[in-house]
Amino acid sequence: MHIPLDYETLRVIWWALLGVLLIGFALTDGYDLGVGALLPFVGRTDQERRLVINAIAPHWEGHQVWFILGGGAIFAAWPFVYAVSFSGFYLAMFLVLAALILRPVAFKYRSKHADPAWRNRWDWALFVGGFVPALVFGVAVGNVLVGAPFRFDSNLRMTYEGTLLGLFTPFTLLTGLLSVATLALHGAGWLAVKIEDGPVLTRTRAIARIAALASIVLFLIGGVMVAKGGMGLALTGAVDTRGPSNPLMSASVAAPGGWLANYGAHPWMVLAPALGLLGPLVALAGIAKRSGAINLIGTALATTGIIATVGLSMFPFILPSSIDPRSSLTVWNASSSHMTLFIMLIVTVIFLPVVLGYTAWVMKMLGGRITLRDVQTNPDFY
Amino acid sequence: MDMAVVELSRLQFALTAMYHFLFVPLTLGLSFMLVIMESIYVITKRPIWRIITRFWGKLFGINFVLGVATGLTMEFEFGTNWAYYAHYVGDIFGAPLAIEGLMAFFLEATMVGVMFFGWDRLSRRQHLAVTFLVALGTNLSALWILIANGWMQNPVGATFNPDTMRMEVTDFSAVLFNPVAQAKFVHTVSAGYVCAATFVMGVSALYLLRGKYTNIARRSMMVASAFGLASALSVVVLGDESGYALTDNQKMKLAAIEAMWETEEAPAAITLVGLPDVAARKTHGAIKLPYVMGIIGTRSLSGKIDGIEELVLRADERIHSGIIAYDAVETLKADRANVPARAAFEAHKRDIGYAMLLKRYVADPRKADDQLILKAAWDTVPNVPVMFFLFRGMAALGFGFIAFFAMAFYCASACQFSKRWFLKLAVVMIPLPWIAIESGWVLAEIGRQPWAVDGVLPTFLGASSLTVPQVWATIFGFTALYGTLAVIEIRLMIAAIRKGPIEHHEPAIAVQGFAPLPAE
Repeated sequence: MHIPLDYETLRVIWWALLGVLLIGFALTDGYDLGVGALLPFVGRTDQERRLVINAIAPHWEGHQVWFILGGGAIFAAWPFVYAVSFSGFYLAMFLVLAALILRPVAFKYRSKHADPAWRNRWDWALFVGGFVPALVFGVAVGNVLVGAPFRFDSNLRMTYEGTLLGLFTPFTLLTGLLSVATLALHGAGWLAVKIEDGPVLTRTRAIARIAALASIVLFLIGGVMVAKGGMGLALTGAVDTRGPSNPLMSASVAAPGGWLANYGAHPWMVLAPALGLLGPLVALAGIAKRSGAINLIGTALATTGIIATVGLSMFPFILPSSIDPRSSLTVWNASSSHMTLFIMLIVTVIFLPVVLGYTAWVMKMLGGRITLRDVQTNPDFY
Repeated sequence: MDMAVVELSRLQFALTAMYHFLFVPLTLGLSFMLVIMESIYVITKRPIWRIITRFWGKLFGINFVLGVATGLTMEFEFGTNWAYYAHYVGDIFGAPLAIEGLMAFFLEATMVGVMFFGWDRLSRRQHLAVTFLVALGTNLSALWILIANGWMQNPVGATFNPDTMRMEVTDFSAVLFNPVAQAKFVHTVSAGYVCAATFVMGVSALYLLRGKYTNIARRSMMVASAFGLASALSVVVLGDESGYALTDNQKMKLAAIEAMWETEEAPAAITLVGLPDVAARKTHGAIKLPYVMGIIGTRSLSGKIDGIEELVLRADERIHSGIIAYDAVETLKADRANVPARAAFEAHKRDIGYAMLLKRYVADPRKADDQLILKAAWDTVPNVPVMFFLFRGMAALGFGFIAFFAMAFYCASACQFSKRWFLKLAVVMIPLPWIAIESGWVLAEIGRQPWAVDGVLPTFLGASSLTVPQVWATIFGFTALYGTLAVIEIRLMIAAIRKGPIEHHEPAIAVQGFAPLPAE
């Protein structure tokens, strides 16, 4: 089979697609997670909570597929990353899965009984299903920046030398909180365009202002810690960008401050952190002007900017090792074969636009703000 | 490798996969039955069919969420618990999983929201189209998962690359059109259809027995009996057998199912009942039906079906050959340009997985003696009694479903489901498809042992570097979570069935949205 794109190009494309998937997940399911985390605070009565829940109820299932697709695509395109990260972060992954398993069930089952105790329990399940994944994803990203304690033997079997508690350090807790703040902000942005103005939206705006400020402050502190905290790696020796995917055939060394090197070499990359800071400000402006659209655009920019910042800072590293720099996974040593990357690219080019197309159609068919009256009268609502 | 971690990881995978597959079959079948019911509604415009569709749709929804929720675990479990497997075959195995997400699951999950929330936003035809897309997405999803699973049973289109120490794709279309995957797909989705048809039959029969919602129940049974009969025939006729003559492992699986220790003269007989004795390598008291096995297994009267002992000898040869490949790879690790090692590797690479069977006993397979190699060769025999009895149980149930739906089909025209004994039978039948389906999975996966991927990677090598307490923690966690959800789900299902198809609303609601329509 003739492959019209070279291996290096395909690896960069798949690195970018990895970013697209993560951002797609954060932009769509991210606001569902944020809304879940906000639920007990912005909705006081059952009716108010139903208003919040039904703002995301028809969409969360489709959005969650970004997470599942993320898993599948990392498996297909970056099998080393899939194997190392999910087995390394084993118990953290279990926490995320358990929390995410509660969520679908909570959406569906909450409305089946009118009993307030029953509903209250499911509301907390929705909170856990939103807050815990948002926190753990942020903690995981923090750990990726610091590096994970793993190494390969000559058969490329990985051993991991960390623990669950070892994942939580001041820096990774900070990235976890940044993730919670940004996704809560994004969830509030969605509510700003999706529910009628009223007490719920007023409370949402109040929380969103705090979340926006928290997002800015945490992002800035995080940036300083990345610069001064001794994080970073650099590739050494000749780098074969088209070589076999075998981490042991490449070499990296610790390079404190290395995660900032790309910004010197490619100044345009500063755009990503700039968006990460600008986004919450735009959201604040939207809140001040009572404009749901501006608010949501701001939160989407913030989410995109922050994720892009992590990816661009680390390029070409994807998952560094903190105990054996040589085992670090990079764009050049951790991908699938040339042919698999190409086939998967074709599949993505065909189907991703289709997915976006029908997602937009669904959004349109179920568009419009929902009101407390809808909640009271529509028998299909949860 | 810590064997306790391997065994616990297998236990967890079996628990989570079998639990997930309690919900999937009903989703697969009920989604298409909803399409049929809603089509009748769109064609006839009779409101009763809308009520029927919405009622079964409600039960579909309660079941669907748990399928989605538990499917999450499956997508990540290859990484969490089978990290070396994920590295070793991710280049091939990851692709169908990713395509499943992109092509099937996105469709199913996005449309299901509109299906539930779009009743008064969409036109009748639009809503039917959405229901159809949910069914299509669900079934395509099964297709890709079974392409992935089929590859584990019959790993075509891939080869070992010593530079990356893993299997890599050589022919993607061979992976797609893998005959084992095709047979499995038809067999599995048909089984799901039977499951849904039996469920609809049973629940409707309950209503008829109590004299409630009889118009709805009778109509639902009409749809279910036709759909069920076609599906039950498809499960058995287009069963899994066709893939069994393909590879050494599939042959071994067939021999184990038949407890056929020695190769028989063509055409082989099928053993109906008997008692397999693993220690003596004999099957006691076997009652055989001549010719049938030869015809099923080889589609001819002259094809030979290999017995277990002959297949073990073949495995023994392949282990010897695999050791040469293993030795070559060790040389190539140090010196990629070594020409003789490269040539030796190319000549023996298809057997390298067999050498790895020895890693259970020695760290370096090259140090194994002939006795150890023969022992490892005997490891390629799966658990014969389990295979033998499970298959017979599953097949008996399969024929039972055909008989049941044939009866139902007859009843539909002859007596309009008025016979109480038939209705009682229909209720009793409800759990049986699940038993058959779970047996089928155990059969397929136990039958593949000791391999994770047939002839390529032994299961015990595939596990992650975890500790025993870690895996116990998640087994307890999943069991507690899944157990609780199962109890809640069954209660809700029963409550929804009890409440019945008629939707009661406060009077104010009739002003907006769906107004309840008289059913009778």
